[in-house]
Amino acid sequence: MSLAIKVESLSKLYRLGELGRRSFLHDWKNKLLHIAEPDDAPGNFWALRDISFDIEQGQVVAVIGHNGAGKSTLLKILSSITSPTRGSAKLRGRVASLLEVGTGFHNELTGRDNVFLNGAILGMTTREVAKKFDEIVAFSEIADFIDTPVKRYSSGMRVRLAFAVAAHLEPEILIVDEVLAVGDAAFQQRCVGKMGEVSRSGRTVLFVSHNAAAVENLCTRGIVLHHGRMDFDGTQTEALRHYASRFANSGSDLRARTDRTGTGEARITEVEFRDAQGRATQAVTSADPIEVWIHYECASPLPKLTANLTITTPVGAPLITQSNNFTAQPLANPPLRGALVCRLDTLPLIEGTYRFDIGLYPHFRLRVPIDEVKNAAELQVMAGNYFGGGKLPYAAAGDGHILVSGTWRVEPASA
Amino acid sequence: MNTDWTKTILPRRRLLDIPWRELWQYRDLVWLMAKRNLTAQYKQTVLGPAWFIIQPLLTTVVFSFLFGRVAGMGTDHIPHFLFYMSGLVVFGFFGECVNKTAITFTRNAQLFGKVYFPRLAAPLSQMLTNLAGFGVQFAVFLIGLAFYWAKMHWFPDPQHLVHLAPNWRIAIFPFLLVLAALLGLGVGFIIAGLTTRYRDLQMAVGFGVQLWMYASSVVFPLSKIKDSAYVALLKLNPMVPIIESFRFAFLGEGVVTKGDLAISAATCVVVFFVGLMMFCKTEQTVMDTV
Repeated sequence: MSLAIKVESLSKLYRLGELGRRSFLHDWKNKLLHIAEPDDAPGNFWALRDISFDIEQGQVVAVIGHNGAGKSTLLKILSSITSPTRGSAKLRGRVASLLEVGTGFHNELTGRDNVFLNGAILGMTTREVAKKFDEIVAFSEIADFIDTPVKRYSSGMRVRLAFAVAAHLEPEILIVDEVLAVGDAAFQQRCVGKMGEVSRSGRTVLFVSHNAAAVENLCTRGIVLHHGRMDFDGTQTEALRHYASRFANSGSDLRARTDRTGTGEARITEVEFRDAQGRATQAVTSADPIEVWIHYECASPLPKLTANLTITTPVGAPLITQSNNFTAQPLANPPLRGALVCRLDTLPLIEGTYRFDIGLYPHFRLRVPIDEVKNAAELQVMAGNYFGGGKLPYAAAGDGHILVSGTWRVEPASA
Repeated sequence: MNTDWTKTILPRRRLLDIPWRELWQYRDLVWLMAKRNLTAQYKQTVLGPAWFIIQPLLTTVVFSFLFGRVAGMGTDHIPHFLFYMSGLVVFGFFGECVNKTAITFTRNAQLFGKVYFPRLAAPLSQMLTNLAGFGVQFAVFLIGLAFYWAKMHWFPDPQHLVHLAPNWRIAIFPFLLVLAALLGLGVGFIIAGLTTRYRDLQMAVGFGVQLWMYASSVVFPLSKIKDSAYVALLKLNPMVPIIESFRFAFLGEGVVTKGDLAISAATCVVVFFVGLMMFCKTEQTVMDTV
């Protein structure tokens, strides 16, 4: 197998801070005096540091990492949008990068003109686009509007048309940055399908995503970046697991939070999650058990505490509430410092990010909080084998968040 | 290990490493962007492409009135209209190239940040768009020329002696256009290269181009300047021999020698390549600062 991409100690330095008169003088002083900035000068930020890897032709590689880990910078360098500060990258074959869907669409032009323009921007010749034009329009499902200016399109239509163009590129190396996060559910399905098709046709794909299910299904290898450095390189499943474990040590101190309500007789100091083995984690798989540890401290002894935890979507829509009042387990005479632990036997959540609102009350129905912290902790839920059939349910936009076990059958119409 | 990499990404390209081959691969993009610029510019306007003509035409009228009538500045034996129009269309093409090239990075920041294509495609396509605009304006100029030429032959006015002598030198007209384009792109490249981190120069571009016009024998014939030191100084401006040659070819009046034009041509080429190098150097990291 020959290599498609070879990256050698790639590094990228960004200078932070405002550009203005001072930075101008500073730059020129250094230039004239031949002063080289030290690597760790204040305001210097290494988005990538010493990244090296080889990718063989036909591999589908996921690049995983938290926000700011350097994923986008890596893709930008590989797609020649910006240059590295050090190191090199070599690529074999035509490269197409999809860092955003619909880049370069011009509002005043018709869909038809935009297909040609967008195709050319992505590196296709007019002849290539013309040859695939019908396919592109068919895939986008907007044939009726193809001669309408794009400014009259709905955002969904734009995305569909743009993805259709991109999907019909035939590069040897495809670089994709989370474009699947757009469009409606049915369309996302088809995007994933198209991606699968591309990967099966033996092309090399580099794919940045937070969508664990898509990574699991589409990719064969995973690279984890952490603060600009290569953190892990292995199979996609191992990479996802490694990424999840990365969250383990980032338990957040809530003492500094000021956006809380309550009398303050007790304070929630930290909320952490532990997996079945008792290890701290911030990511779990659907269906797995999980323990929520609500650490607290109080100034003086309290006769009893009622704790509430509400799991919400990232935008704060409440999904599930659990309380020791529901389970009729009074937490009497709690120590001054300790943790209230809630064990959830199966987590019925579809993959995604969830937030936890935590509240402590003297009595359940007396909702005068002692301490209430919204968004006290964030939990990553990764697609898991919830239904036991080996299929990983993943969330498309518009789907619900809560999984319920169930069975399906077909019934003939009764006579 | 096989070494036939299609693309090698390094921190810095060599100074003269201009991606010609890539540009050729993207020639369709240059063409489509040029077309897009044209159509987008006049979409939802009533007069549409007529705007190409209105601006130089009105300026010609104003100049004819101000400099010709009010100030009484002579234009040799050439009708005011043809004199000013000739200077304005040629300089207008150059000026547009400077203005539009200078803002390449800021205007396309969104696009450049998300997708790669040879960045030169943007200013080149813009140059083609400007060329189309120039074509329309040039056609109007030719109509004017035909009108005055016919008038000179069939209805001569003894009060106003008109002398028009279009000659074989019209053959070098494409060459003059190429020079104006090279110079316009070159100056634009330099400004684009200098202004990505600090935008100061960009503030001055529009104004600077306007000042440049007044130093380019657009509003006065070089023959009216008696002090030879001034003439020599003005001829250092590469646009002066270009405009004078254009007038000499189409109208038969103009102060220019082969040597002047050669120096101007050399300047244009040098400016273009210096600009090109600066542009290609900036292009590599520009997305970090825009």
